[in-house]
Amino acid sequence: MAITREEVLHVARLARLELTEDEVERFAEQLSVILEAVSKVSELDLSDVPPTSHPLAVSNAWAEDEPRPCLPLDEVFANAPDRDDDFFRSPPA
Amino acid sequence: MSASIDTRRLTAEEARGLLDRGEVSPRELWDAYRAAIDGSNDELNAFLTLVDEPEGGGVPIALKDVISTRGIRTTAGSKILDNYVPVFDSTVAAHCKAAGMPVLGKTNTDEFAMGSSTENSAYGPSHNPWDLSRVPGGSGGGSAAAVAAGLAPWALGSDTGGSVKLPAAFCGGVGLRPTYGTVSRYGIVAFASSLDQVGPVTRNVRDNAILYGIISGRDENDSTTVDVPPVVVPVPGNLKGIRVGLPRQLNEVEGIEPGVKAAVAAAIAHAGALGAEIESCDLPLSVEYGMPCYYLIAPAEASANLARYDGVRYGLRSPGDDFREMVMNTRHDGLGDEPKRRIMLGTYALSSGYYDAYYGTAQKVRTVIKREHDALFERFDVLVSPTCATTAFPIGARSQDPLAMYLTDLLTIPSNMAGLPSLSIPCGLSDGLPVGLQLIGPQFAENTLFRVAAALEEKIGFDPVPVRLR
Repeated sequence: MAITREEVLHVARLARLELTEDEVERFAEQLSVILEAVSKVSELDLSDVPPTSHPLAVSNAWAEDEPRPCLPLDEVFANAPDRDDDFFRSPPA
Repeated sequence: MSASIDTRRLTAEEARGLLDRGEVSPRELWDAYRAAIDGSNDELNAFLTLVDEPEGGGVPIALKDVISTRGIRTTAGSKILDNYVPVFDSTVAAHCKAAGMPVLGKTNTDEFAMGSSTENSAYGPSHNPWDLSRVPGGSGGGSAAAVAAGLAPWALGSDTGGSVKLPAAFCGGVGLRPTYGTVSRYGIVAFASSLDQVGPVTRNVRDNAILYGIISGRDENDSTTVDVPPVVVPVPGNLKGIRVGLPRQLNEVEGIEPGVKAAVAAAIAHAGALGAEIESCDLPLSVEYGMPCYYLIAPAEASANLARYDGVRYGLRSPGDDFREMVMNTRHDGLGDEPKRRIMLGTYALSSGYYDAYYGTAQKVRTVIKREHDALFERFDVLVSPTCATTAFPIGARSQDPLAMYLTDLLTIPSNMAGLPSLSIPCGLSDGLPVGLQLIGPQFAENTLFRVAAALEEKIGFDPVPVRLR
């Protein structure tokens, strides 16, 4: 279950992770070992088994649709790396 | 008039008694813990951030640094949140505040609670108070070390695959992973949302029940929370009528230390002497397939949850010529190896062409694990096993081998996948290091776990003060 360096780079791009050459090599090796271990799940016959996405059978937890005060803008922006008036500022997309 | 306060031995309940009777002032109590922290945090690295002025006149508490605290830096053990100061309280922090409990500080954790030793913290590992060359367990090693060394009377951790139970076991404390949905996740730095659950780390079972009572309950800010049965703070008694199951796959796991096996066997004998009915049983697939199942589902959820660290709204931002480059550089510079591994593993497991084979299959295995546990709880009230096959391992022993580190949680993962409550209590020493006993119950059976644990605690008579600190 070896994962190739191309697959590591593909997954890193999907996950928006810049990787150094050294990291690509290290992660390819480590992820191959981990993937081999977790691939064990495919040994079982699960054709009649439904998936579980959540441990409790909670559904439709509604809240009243009422306006409530929200954070003041200065608090919303308190941790922002860059702010322009009432906007988060970022490099051009 | 200040009574002398021995923070190593004082339970939270006793501390509250001292305050209620006016024998100690809130400030004196706070100062005693602050002095203990100042005396040994350098060697333990249990706290990442300290609070200088107490807010509230009750029994102080330490909070794992994934728990958002208004105005108090919350890093989740990551450089990407190094300068992050929440503008709101998590629900559990708000519950502590409402109970008058001042926060002593924020405790060390593996980065984003991903790890079993605190060695994945961007701020260096915490050290085990029983042996400073060993890990305190993880991810909530800072909270467990702080409680064991008397730097806090009690603390909160968070448990996804075992991050409350394992550190409690390694440090000789009592750690509860509550039933999923009983404690709000609002304001907890998210790792794997279908598994994350906050729980108390304490020096005895009664304190654990008291703290669980304070933090649990339905919360309109977390739609996965439910109404919680009233918590009964336990009085040690007999165990007549309690049916104890011993799953062979947990109790006879490969690589179990002889000293661990002996301490667990002694605890089981106590349960029998107290009147419990004890019988072996099986979890044929849950243990063998639990770890692989967990390391697909938890990273898949983590890869989605950690997408929010993009350098835009809060946290680190690294320079980049355009938006995409800024995001990629920020995540490269701000995230450590373990979050990167799990993000990539999860992204891979969810990616087109692999989704059914990995994530989809793991969700079905999760059903199998849940059904196996449900079937056992038709016959048993509680399942018992070691919390971990070994005691605390030396710092560095597993840090270069991610898979070896993952296997540390082999015994805590299965019941977590099933959303069940479980409690680790100390049951003895193996070569001078604490051994954890894991008690697992059906959903919402925390009171049963507390009752069984309190009875065993009294019989075992474990001294929670590390030998080197006595």
